[in-house]
Amino acid sequence: MDIHEYQAKTLLAEFGMPIARGGIAYSPEQAAYRAMELGGENWVVKAQIHSGARGKAGGIKFCSSDEEVRAAADELLGKRLVTNQTGPQGKLVGRLYIETSTDIDREIYLAFVLDRTTERIMCVASASGGMDIEEIAKTEPDSIIRVPIEPAVGLREFQAREVAFALGLEAGQINEAVTVLKACYRAFRDLDATMVEINPLVVTKDGRLIALDAKMGFDDNALFRRQQISELRDKSQEDPREMNAADRGLSYVGLDGNIGCIINGAGLAMATMDMIKHVDGEPANFLDIGGGASPERVIKAFNLVLSDDSVEAILVNIFAGINRCDWVAEGVIQAMEKLDVNVPVIIRLSGTNEEKGRQILENSSIDLITAETLAEAAEKAVAAARSKRA
Amino acid sequence: MSIWLNEKTPVIVQGYTGRIGTFHAQEMIEYGTNLVGGVTPGKGGSQHLDLPVYNTVKEAVTDSGAEASVVFVPPPFAADAIMEAADAGIKFCVCVTDGIPAQDMMRVKRYMRRYKKEERMCLTGPNCAGTISPGRAMMGIMPGHIYMQGNVGLIGRSGTLGYEAASQMKAREIGISTSVGIGGDPINGSSFRDHLEKFEEDPDTDLVVMIGEIGGPQEAAAAEFARDHMKKPVLAYIAGLTAPKGRTMGHAGAIVTTAGESAAEKVEILKEAGVGIITRPSEFGVAAEEALGKL
Repeated sequence: MDIHEYQAKTLLAEFGMPIARGGIAYSPEQAAYRAMELGGENWVVKAQIHSGARGKAGGIKFCSSDEEVRAAADELLGKRLVTNQTGPQGKLVGRLYIETSTDIDREIYLAFVLDRTTERIMCVASASGGMDIEEIAKTEPDSIIRVPIEPAVGLREFQAREVAFALGLEAGQINEAVTVLKACYRAFRDLDATMVEINPLVVTKDGRLIALDAKMGFDDNALFRRQQISELRDKSQEDPREMNAADRGLSYVGLDGNIGCIINGAGLAMATMDMIKHVDGEPANFLDIGGGASPERVIKAFNLVLSDDSVEAILVNIFAGINRCDWVAEGVIQAMEKLDVNVPVIIRLSGTNEEKGRQILENSSIDLITAETLAEAAEKAVAAARSKRA
Repeated sequence: MSIWLNEKTPVIVQGYTGRIGTFHAQEMIEYGTNLVGGVTPGKGGSQHLDLPVYNTVKEAVTDSGAEASVVFVPPPFAADAIMEAADAGIKFCVCVTDGIPAQDMMRVKRYMRRYKKEERMCLTGPNCAGTISPGRAMMGIMPGHIYMQGNVGLIGRSGTLGYEAASQMKAREIGISTSVGIGGDPINGSSFRDHLEKFEEDPDTDLVVMIGEIGGPQEAAAAEFARDHMKKPVLAYIAGLTAPKGRTMGHAGAIVTTAGESAAEKVEILKEAGVGIITRPSEFGVAAEEALGKL
């Protein structure tokens, strides 16, 4: 689960992270009022969406009067902001963060991630922060500082000092840097985060450290014990279909193709999509309906896949283990009787009672195409989608 | 022979008396697994499925001689159950539970390092279908009848894709010595590499098929091990060719975040290490047949 910048900053500040003063606004009037409340002469109006690269997309505006703040807010609120991370549909700006402007001397990159190689939380930092970190990671990988953290003792002060010195900070800034690093680590650990990213962490002209931006991601599997984090969820930032699926225990990812997929198991789902690609088709989605494949789940899955207008054929591939093929077949028939399915449906069942399942499908009055193997199913689905188009 | 598990291995179930634990314990017994009891804290001293229930894993190990354990404990408590098994001297543990917090698994892995390598429990999963030595015993939730006994070792992250591979092989009368599910989570108990090492030592395994997917460094580590330490042929399929970067594809671990984690890159790394590539998921059976034919 992702949260907004202002939420991440509020959380991190509780762990000691220095941040600029700011406030949230839902309307241009509120934005202007926030600016007045904060005082000073320069403010930054920042669109709150679940994506990086907001600056390049015009989501961050520098203002030096309340009129400018109002105008910037008016322009941003309600807009769909398209960044290189949001996809072409963009993300809706529903709230703004108004922050006092900071005089920047230099920008540093700082992040904590769950590293799968060491199986530890790892601190990743670079003396050159800002918008080009991905480029630096590619061109000068050795310049990136990586420090794995031993879970039994946590981030030690010496490690934090080592990172601070390696970043080229001055003697007077080291203690503050240690506070920043420890704040990130403790927030990561105590809140079950999967990522904390401060990009940039800035050194101000008067030598202080401030988290200018902050991003946090959280482990969905740990939300049961993180009520405080669950409450920060902003559903307007999620893809409606994926959210709808997740709330029903299905795992769905929308893609650009035209062959809808309904499959049990994530690995088999990926493999089936690959098979479609191998026979020159394009999958419209990833959908794992879980091990059970009960009729209720199959109905939900059909509804979900059919809500995508670009779907021209549906491929159902179920490997039935403990749940038998005959039972799954009856579920599919029930689902199709209840729903108005207007695209060709290709079904491949395998596993326990395979033959019986196939018989049930073939004897039913429902119009569907059966297949015996994975390859045959993918070929038939691609052909059916083509003939529908023709 | 087989690895980790045979018809004699004494197995217990943690989360024994729950609905899911009960159902799969029955299936395991019917398959021929030497189930010797189960653990449900607070129900010790009673009988369930005609076998003793224990309060702690230590008690189960002392009393029944259990060497292996299957964990069906719900996610909030599963990490604790795994550590309990490791501490009680269980040698092989299958954790079926899906949805364990990643940082819990990080602590589990750290905890297991307190034992010397020879004494350390081998954990498979979490979020896996289990391990089966066909014709002998199974620990997990897989349909036993789709596997035929034989000489191919199978290692995979995914449950149903592993079933697909096993049944394609059975259709060509190719059998399996042991099939190990390592699970789809970002941090799992053991990796492809750990089981390749075991299969290399197993006299009844002549070929190893690994089924990987996008995300994580484990396939690359396996490639290196196969190149440097294995005489037996290894075949690999990597799922997720069509998966976009940065999107989690069902498994919490199936997400491409850094270089070398996409399907195409993993295939390249494996190929360079001399591992045979299964290009299409419809070719597990035919690829295994060809590789066995060359032996």
